[in-house]
Amino acid sequence: MDREWFRMTAHELADAFRNGDTTAEAVAEEHLARIEKIDPQVQAYVDVWQESALDAARDADARIRAGTATPLTGVPMSLKDLLCSTEGTTTCCSHILDGYRSPYDATVVERLREAGAVVLGKVNMDEFAMGSSTENSARQTTRNPWNLKCVPGGSSGGSAASVAADEAVYSLGSDTGGSIRQPASCCGCVGMKPTYGRVSRYGLVAFASSLDQIGPFTKDVRDCALVLNAICGHDKRDTTSANLAVPDFTQALTGDVSGLRIGLPKEYYTDALGGDVRDRVETAIDILKDRGATPVEVSLPHTEYAVAVYYIICTAEASANLARFDGVRYGQRAANVKDVRELYHQTKSAGFGLEVQRRIMLGTYVLSSGYYDAYYLKAQKARSLIAQDFTKAFEHCDVIVTPTTPTPAFRIGEKIDDPLQMYLSDLFTISTNLAALPAISVPCGLTTEQLPAGLQVIGRPFDETAVLRTAYAYEQHRGFDWGRPPLG
Amino acid sequence: MNYEAVIGMEVHVELNTRSKVFCGCSTNFHAPPNTNVCPVCLGMPGTLPVLNRQAVEFSVAVGLALDCSISRWSKMDRKNYFYPDLAKNYQISQYDLPLSFDGAINIIVGGETKRIGITRAHLEEDTARNTHTLGGGDSGVDFNRSGVPLLEIVSEPDIRSGAEAYAYLTALKQILQYLGVSDCNMEEGSLRAEANISIRPVGQEAFGVKTEVKNVASFSGTQKAIEYEIARQRQILENGGAITQETRGWDADRGITVSQRSKESAHDYRYFPEPDLAPIVVDTAWEEQIRAGLPELPQVRRARFEEAFGLSPYDAGVLTASREMADYFEAVVEAKAPPKQAANWIMGDVQALLTYRELDIADCPLAPVELAAMIGLIENGTISGKIAKDILPELMDTGKSAQDLIEEKGLVQISDADELVTVAREVIAANPGPAADYRAGKAKALGFLVGQLMKATKGKANPKLANEILARELGSSED
Repeated sequence: MDREWFRMTAHELADAFRNGDTTAEAVAEEHLARIEKIDPQVQAYVDVWQESALDAARDADARIRAGTATPLTGVPMSLKDLLCSTEGTTTCCSHILDGYRSPYDATVVERLREAGAVVLGKVNMDEFAMGSSTENSARQTTRNPWNLKCVPGGSSGGSAASVAADEAVYSLGSDTGGSIRQPASCCGCVGMKPTYGRVSRYGLVAFASSLDQIGPFTKDVRDCALVLNAICGHDKRDTTSANLAVPDFTQALTGDVSGLRIGLPKEYYTDALGGDVRDRVETAIDILKDRGATPVEVSLPHTEYAVAVYYIICTAEASANLARFDGVRYGQRAANVKDVRELYHQTKSAGFGLEVQRRIMLGTYVLSSGYYDAYYLKAQKARSLIAQDFTKAFEHCDVIVTPTTPTPAFRIGEKIDDPLQMYLSDLFTISTNLAALPAISVPCGLTTEQLPAGLQVIGRPFDETAVLRTAYAYEQHRGFDWGRPPLG
Repeated sequence: MNYEAVIGMEVHVELNTRSKVFCGCSTNFHAPPNTNVCPVCLGMPGTLPVLNRQAVEFSVAVGLALDCSISRWSKMDRKNYFYPDLAKNYQISQYDLPLSFDGAINIIVGGETKRIGITRAHLEEDTARNTHTLGGGDSGVDFNRSGVPLLEIVSEPDIRSGAEAYAYLTALKQILQYLGVSDCNMEEGSLRAEANISIRPVGQEAFGVKTEVKNVASFSGTQKAIEYEIARQRQILENGGAITQETRGWDADRGITVSQRSKESAHDYRYFPEPDLAPIVVDTAWEEQIRAGLPELPQVRRARFEEAFGLSPYDAGVLTASREMADYFEAVVEAKAPPKQAANWIMGDVQALLTYRELDIADCPLAPVELAAMIGLIENGTISGKIAKDILPELMDTGKSAQDLIEEKGLVQISDADELVTVAREVIAANPGPAADYRAGKAKALGFLVGQLMKATKGKANPKLANEILARELGSSED
């Protein structure tokens, strides 16, 4: 083997396919071999689709030969285990869906298949996307490829780890409060949550319907634009998906940020934000400044309420969304129960992990008669204020730049018994979900512990272009070669 | 002490849209279990609802017909509770912003018109249907009904008796059927009525403790259940007891209500706005478009029938009971039949024949224009009413025209005076007794002789002419 194709990006592979340097089948085989070799350490995959991946690769090769390939044709990728697929299982890494096979493909899966994607399999996640470390998976503990003692972040930890460890060229995950950007930051890859409504949620097993959004993990910003091109756009099966034209996002990849105003929210750059992360982010801002961008201080005064608001809204919605997992129609069902009440009780108690149960109870509580106004309604009002903060800030800037997370990846087990500390991992990412904005995390260096830090770029609603433009310009000019995790 | 009943009705109506309210599955009631289902109405993970525009239009049409205000901006909400017939374990419904609110319906009870307020009408999805094996053991769920659009129509507590409730339900059903938005079939469950009943001393403002009566399979059953419940509550109060707020089921066989669930175990539904669906905006343009498509409603049509056709209130009521009946009547009149005669034939012989054949007027095999033609033949003296009655069944079954049929059967009325004179003379000769009686001044004897003449002509003689000729012949032979 003269080149390691699994280290390539999608756009590099597309060139190689076009030039006949390699085939989709060969690249798929290489990835499957890589998974076999590396995944016992990383544990990103929960289901590998050996056969169907190779079938798809051969189909892709036929398309490439026929000249009908798209930029993603033949490029191997992974899917977070909450994206419904007729192939394999869709379990949300929960025991309650052990062995569950979806009768249909999610819209994004359909679109990727149409684009000729080679799906390698499903990757690990916090159960039902509830968590920031992937430790809440009912399957396995995924490791951070940069340091196997650390978490990959979460909830889309499997997606981030699979891309960082070169076990997939790209991955699709979902982001409810940071579940794409935070693990992307922890694992040193690019991760983007598009504007709410940009990507159809049909076939994404819902955690919090008003916050969930599907997005890509990629090795660079160009790939991120290519994947967005393939998955964005209105879907009549999701009436919350926006009926707006989707631009060609690669047009944003100019490398030019001159005249761009980058907002720096003072509530994020407090004394509490210290150490390496702050240093790396400030360096990144300097690079953007050198390329002609203008830093502007902005204010997001309701930031301090974001975490509380988020945990009221997301748990409320989750308490309803997860009610359907009752063992009646599909999934696991408790045996030997005497009546329907006991069926629910035992099925849910055995099927859901502790964090999921905690959030269902919290959500049930905040919606309860007598508490609704004090919690849910108030949280909705505060959510509007948080969204208004951004609207006002964007009067003074074109994008907002912050760290993705306050700290790099933490150790496995470090926060698992302290939910509140765990919840704070999403401090900088949650507000953009509440405000339904697009945001990206792009690697901005390693800390002294040799763990990646992420730079977050937030844009106006449906202005993914400005986000990608900023991220790409930074990536092109960051002045260091992004390394590789110390894996085999 | 004198008590008065305070009754409010909650009626659930399945809207007869072609597809379900949040997915493309058929709403067909008669399909085998679990054949009209898809991932959405089965509540499979990852699915999302898409609101059926027709269901919204039907709901707004009902709202307008019930004189409601239409919400410019409304939304769907999630109503959370656990039951195996509820695919998602929440029902998508409307909580604080129903599509229609603040309307009324006029009912007529004992000749008096009374206005019953409509609190609201909101759109929601129907649940699946649970079935259990006799003696327990196995339960099945049929999801064909899951996601069928359902309109819940809630009345103000303006109803005071079982008879008023009956009239309310009848009037409501009539409107819904005129709009063509529901089959309103209680047996198939496409219309379900619940009554909230309390009683209070006459003159008291405050409401008494209410009970809710469910599981009633007919309007008359609802009336009986309400009457039973009023009597039961009165007896409890008169014996110094207190009413328990609870849900009670109607046991039609025993004619009593039975306690089902008390308020203590009532649900906290934890309503919150459905995040998967955008708000519903019904702007004035859309509302006016729906209003323009409304048919003439029963009460307006009834008044017009009285006015334009000179029908009695009773006849107008019968003929406007259903839109199909009224349409049929108007089509017959349109084809030039005199309204009064048309009304008599439709309400009499035509209806009787349809009932015998278990047919609805909408499926009447006798075309309105043919009925009008038959009435025309009576009017112009071609056939007698008696002949018309006789041939009506055949007219209905064969699809032939009345003209063809009477010609084929030789039933054209004999209006030829010469021919009738000959027969009259024969009848007089054959019945000297009655002839003599008539001449002696017994006018009644003429009737007998007319009968004989009709018999001799197999009923074809023009009765008016037969009378005249017989009288004349009896008089002339006396000379």
